[in-house]
Amino acid sequence: MTQEPVAAPAPGHRRLSRKVQRVLATSLITGLTLLILFFYLVPMVYGMFTAVKTDGQFSKTGAPIWPASEATFNYQGEDYEIYLVPIEGQIKSMALIKKGRASSTFIDPADEAAGPVEWAGSWRSLERSWEFDPQWENFPDAWNTINYPNLLKNTILYAVITTFGSVVSAALVAFGFARFRIPRKNVLFILMMSTVILPGAVTLIPTYFFWLKLDLVGTWWPLIIPAFFSWGTNVFLLRQFFLTIPRELDEAAMMDGANPLRIFVSVILPQSTSALTAVALFHFFYAWNDFFNPMIYLAGHPEKFPITIGLTAFNNLYAASINMIQAASLVSAVIPVLIFFFAQRAFMQGVVITGVEK
Amino acid sequence: MSLTSKLHALRPQKKFKTKISSLQKKEALWGLFFLTPWIIGFIGLYFFPMVASFVFSLLEFNPTVPDQAAYIGFDNWRRALFEDPEVGLSFLRTIRFSAISLPIGLAFALFLAVLLNSKNVLGSQLYRTLFYMPSMIPLVATVLIWNGVLNEQTGWINIIIQNLTGIQAVGSTGLRWLADPQLVYLAYTMFGLWGVGPAMIIFLAGLQGVPTELYEAAEIDGASWFQRLGKITLPMITPVILYQLILNVIGSLQYFLAPFVLNRGTGFPEGMTRFYMVYFFKQSFTFQNMGYGATLAWIMFIVGIILTVILFGTAKYWVFYAAEDKE
Repeated sequence: MTQEPVAAPAPGHRRLSRKVQRVLATSLITGLTLLILFFYLVPMVYGMFTAVKTDGQFSKTGAPIWPASEATFNYQGEDYEIYLVPIEGQIKSMALIKKGRASSTFIDPADEAAGPVEWAGSWRSLERSWEFDPQWENFPDAWNTINYPNLLKNTILYAVITTFGSVVSAALVAFGFARFRIPRKNVLFILMMSTVILPGAVTLIPTYFFWLKLDLVGTWWPLIIPAFFSWGTNVFLLRQFFLTIPRELDEAAMMDGANPLRIFVSVILPQSTSALTAVALFHFFYAWNDFFNPMIYLAGHPEKFPITIGLTAFNNLYAASINMIQAASLVSAVIPVLIFFFAQRAFMQGVVITGVEK
Repeated sequence: MSLTSKLHALRPQKKFKTKISSLQKKEALWGLFFLTPWIIGFIGLYFFPMVASFVFSLLEFNPTVPDQAAYIGFDNWRRALFEDPEVGLSFLRTIRFSAISLPIGLAFALFLAVLLNSKNVLGSQLYRTLFYMPSMIPLVATVLIWNGVLNEQTGWINIIIQNLTGIQAVGSTGLRWLADPQLVYLAYTMFGLWGVGPAMIIFLAGLQGVPTELYEAAEIDGASWFQRLGKITLPMITPVILYQLILNVIGSLQYFLAPFVLNRGTGFPEGMTRFYMVYFFKQSFTFQNMGYGATLAWIMFIVGIILTVILFGTAKYWVFYAAEDKE
């Protein structure tokens, strides 16, 4: 994979030098990557542009793809629409001050002193002039319409509490699997890993019924409590990491009379911050993304919705407000994307451990 | 612990059914103490609900009138397997959609990994972050953003296609990505491409684990880039591909999010997006047929096991295990 195939030199020509080959290959591959990346991220640019468009821009023909509004010009105390007028061999942006069937009167906003100009032709055939006009207030508008502060509060609470629960429980269990001789430990471990690919649906109905019986459907409890009982992938990741911590450290602490719980807290955990961070991030993003469980357990309680469900409800209600939906979607992505940028190293390492080493 | 491990090493290995020393017992007890959260979770959240789910599948059961629950034997199973055409149809839709989205998604992830692993890419680290970034956007937001960009009138995809190829793509006679039964699976597949990040970096890690001596040897033998890709790179990462394939197959059986976000599971257009999981949800929670829903869930579970076993079974024909030296 050191070089890309380069067109074979015609016979008689000298071979391209290695350096030229390298430069060619580098620019080719880098160019290809950039091109793919461009198309890959087009929807995001679309989202950003669309989020700040005016409501009217979508239905007008001839509207540009960037956020813009139809330009107007204030002439003698009144606003006039600006059109693109072919005049004197070029296209000029002119304000239409008097409409006529066969000819109309325009004024050049850039040169008001030149006075009104008469233009022969139907003004209806002209295109409007658009000017860059991002509607930044769409973000606060979307923010308020969807009641973001509440959604955000719910989501953050949910994410933080369950992240705490899942990290603590996964660390305890991983320590148990990594360090202790337990009868049938391998069977238990395989059992745990098989729950990872178990479809959630197969346990859903009795679980739902259980929460229903306790009268807790419509509260956050069915979403929060399970996180405290450790999930397979998280345990796996932490166990792999704990196995790399030298046992001598445990032994030294043991000589000092520390019991296993103490070793866990003061030897293992401080050594494992990167793995613990990865698990915390996994769970945080999982919770931020969770859709199915809140949809089932919080149906009919909009005041308890997390962002995902709030966004869906918003989309159902305001399907026509394309700009608002894009603005709301982008806002929901800000926190996870920011966290990702700051913590991507630990996070990606975690993904690799759970994905490759199984 | 150290003491017990040493004792354990000295003693001839015996089955633990024989006498367990008090030290070993103590160690096992400590271990079980640490496993407690998982043991409770396994029994309470997996084992018992699964058994209960099977029991539910033998009942006619609606939670709004729990007193009228009735044992009906395997009627639910008979209905699901032989009488209810929607079960087979929704399953078929799931398979058809997966047959498109799964290969495209995995191939794209692998392609990106190969590309970013190339020594000829400048700024590979940056691209890795940027290709990964959309995977961090909440799926609901991803679906809504793509729903916008694929809009037949105002979406950029159609505008780009029309400008590049001249095909009439924009408008109600153009490419109606989400309303045309022929196109909707492709559109959903595109949403999925934004979640390609984890698979991409897992493949990338796999690629970086391929021993460089293999490439050097191949280069001396005059192998071309494509030969090296086909004969070394891909075979060496087939274990990773198998694992991703299994996870993705299980995942696509449970595909439900986009139809719920976009049309509340109505199956629009023409029922094309009423996937198995959507039907399961409708039966269980919209119609509250929880006995029947549990049956559908169990069928999905069994199908998942069968598919996993089949995939593992095919492994010996195409998965290459080079280094069996772990542990």
